[in-house]
Amino acid sequence: MKVTIDDITIEVEAGTTILNAARKIGGEVVPPAMCFYSKLPGTGGKCRTCLVEVAAGSTADPRPMPKLVASCSTPVMDGMIVKNKTSERVHEGRSAVVEFLLINHPLDCPVCDQAGECNLQDLGYEHGSVKTRYEEERRTFDPIDIGDKIKLHMNRCILCYRCVEVANQLTEKRVHGVLHRGEHAEISTFIEQAVDNDFSGNMIDVCPVGALTDRTFRFKSRVWFLKPMEAECDCKKCAGKVVLWMFGQEIYRVTGRKDQYGEIETIDDKTAWICNECRFEKKDLSKWKVIGPRVIDRHSVISQGKYETSITPSIKKIN
Amino acid sequence: MKNRKLLLENVHIPGIETFDVYRKNGGYRSVEKALNSMTPDEVVEEVKKSGLRGRGGAGFPTGMKWSFLAKPEGVPRYLVCNADESEPGTFKDRYLMEKIPHLLIEGMITSSYALGANTSYIYIRGEFMYILHILEKAIAEAYDKGFLGKNILGKGYDLDLFVVPGGGAYICGEETALLESLEGKRGNPRIKPPFPAVKGLWGCPTVVNNVESLAAVVPIINDGGDSYAAIGIGRSTGTKLISACGNLVKPGVYEIEMGLSVEEFIYGDDYCQGIANNKKLKACVPGGSSVPILPHYLVTKTVSGEDRLMSYESLADGGFVSGSMLGSGGFIIFDEDQCIVRNTWNFTRFYAHESCGQCSPCREGTGWMEKVLHRLENGHGNIRDIDLLAEINKKIEGNTICPLGDAAAWPVAAAIRHFRDEFEWHVTNKDEAITRNYGLSKEPLIA
Repeated sequence: MKVTIDDITIEVEAGTTILNAARKIGGEVVPPAMCFYSKLPGTGGKCRTCLVEVAAGSTADPRPMPKLVASCSTPVMDGMIVKNKTSERVHEGRSAVVEFLLINHPLDCPVCDQAGECNLQDLGYEHGSVKTRYEEERRTFDPIDIGDKIKLHMNRCILCYRCVEVANQLTEKRVHGVLHRGEHAEISTFIEQAVDNDFSGNMIDVCPVGALTDRTFRFKSRVWFLKPMEAECDCKKCAGKVVLWMFGQEIYRVTGRKDQYGEIETIDDKTAWICNECRFEKKDLSKWKVIGPRVIDRHSVISQGKYETSITPSIKKIN
Repeated sequence: MKNRKLLLENVHIPGIETFDVYRKNGGYRSVEKALNSMTPDEVVEEVKKSGLRGRGGAGFPTGMKWSFLAKPEGVPRYLVCNADESEPGTFKDRYLMEKIPHLLIEGMITSSYALGANTSYIYIRGEFMYILHILEKAIAEAYDKGFLGKNILGKGYDLDLFVVPGGGAYICGEETALLESLEGKRGNPRIKPPFPAVKGLWGCPTVVNNVESLAAVVPIINDGGDSYAAIGIGRSTGTKLISACGNLVKPGVYEIEMGLSVEEFIYGDDYCQGIANNKKLKACVPGGSSVPILPHYLVTKTVSGEDRLMSYESLADGGFVSGSMLGSGGFIIFDEDQCIVRNTWNFTRFYAHESCGQCSPCREGTGWMEKVLHRLENGHGNIRDIDLLAEINKKIEGNTICPLGDAAAWPVAAAIRHFRDEFEWHVTNKDEAITRNYGLSKEPLIA
């Protein structure tokens, strides 16, 4: 099937979504995604940041689609023409969604552990406006501990449902979910029960914002002061392929290996989810075999000052 | 002209809610006719011919919806009746189910036969618990008389019918959220495609129809699709239940022929008999809270000067600029004393409360609009808030998973379009806005 996204044509298999087709092309044409997670079937369609314009439905039926569609859940048709970066409507729609996502967000980035690797921060930087028009009181919740290792800041949550799917698909029993409705909807456990499962820590990795954070890492350091190192170990429960976030010889935290879209990488045809033991318990360097430094996108704040980039800094021209 | 009634013709007969009385008055004839002399495809064809359009609000042709149903081998199909009627101003299904429950059950048997469904559900909202009991009693009677269960009328067709109560969420009236709820999950609308006709209840092909649509199948099969199509005007065929409320002399549920003029409906002696207390008409919401409001000068006449009729096309005449929608038939009338800002806030409060919270524009946008409108109504507004509201609802509209976002946005957009002066009055006369309604301060409106 041929699909054209922002004037770039690519051949994809039938049933591929627009977003995945765009990721095959890569670069600027990829719509941002806050709730879709390719490794978790059933996610997507909720945050509406990946809205794109379909200028022609297919070769057989070249009519444009009247509404913007969620690229993460719309399969491509042969001859479909999609506009992402090149569409003014998409730009407007996306900035509207970002505005909506931010009106109740506390914007407490200076004290949030997610800062520096937060999808919402990146999204706001790219599509947000400088000033808010929201004059009302923001919706607030108290932060709660769900289990002894995970902290939940509901204020920061954008209700992407990713952590719900992690609990559904990786653990045996889900004990947390979405309570209430509309603006009052919140992620919570049933009567503040602890989330205690070998793979529950992956909820932290999939969270696009700072709503779920690692209690063993809380307020220890900003992520951009740490050095991410790829490491592995023999683990019976999981693949044991992780990223160690180190300061000197000390391991501050352990996470899964995330790709450029913030998703856990697929290693040997399996999504490399890591178990709670690897994530929370093994903070001793002797337990790991360090492979080498993790390659970080040079645009990321995490890579600032740590790695030499292949591109020489542009020289400012003075006229 | 005597108004013809098809659904509520026998509603006045005492004891019509029981099987015996209903049967004596010609009940269950459509089941006999369909099972004895028609194939399922012929029933579908008859409904197509009738031009019946979905009575839940969207007005999608029912026969066409039925023909979209996928029919893979070895997979069960389901018919689900959407009785989750909870739109403010709409109460027609409640009336129908309460007064004449067998009509719905008869319609469901005939429709299930047409679709080849052997299990069907009536999904009813939780607050209608007493109607659930009425329906269950009627279903038990139908089982008893051999119209439900195994081998109906000895024709080898089996059907089981269940009534399932919801938890009272408006969002469960959206068909995919309804199916989620029916499966026992949280009532969040599904991402479409796939549509329910392909993958619905428990992953099987499913048709979801409104109570009134299914009840209308009964007269269609009894008298033939052509004679049903002869009633009404243009593509709006048959009769429609209208639940009229607001400042009317005689509010209530009326069965009207499509094409009746709005003027006749509001002022006619057979219908609502005019505005209560000799007041003047100020505005009208013709199809339930989610459709655009019409100011008095656009209620009985369209912008081109033609009479406005009770039909899908005529009420939508002029698009969203000067028209509205027939919607679900929740006809709300406002007299000169009513405050449009307060009413808009009330509607928005409803949508903010009922948004499922799944997708961002609706979850955050409806709450935001509610807060801004609350501020305006209570005299804390700012003149730029009016433009802000218009901006917000433009950003919600069309960007959401299900139509609830649109439904929340349209009434606000229309209210600002037609009654901007009233919004501005709330900003400029803050003290008065708290103590009295805008309507009272205005010169009498010309009706």
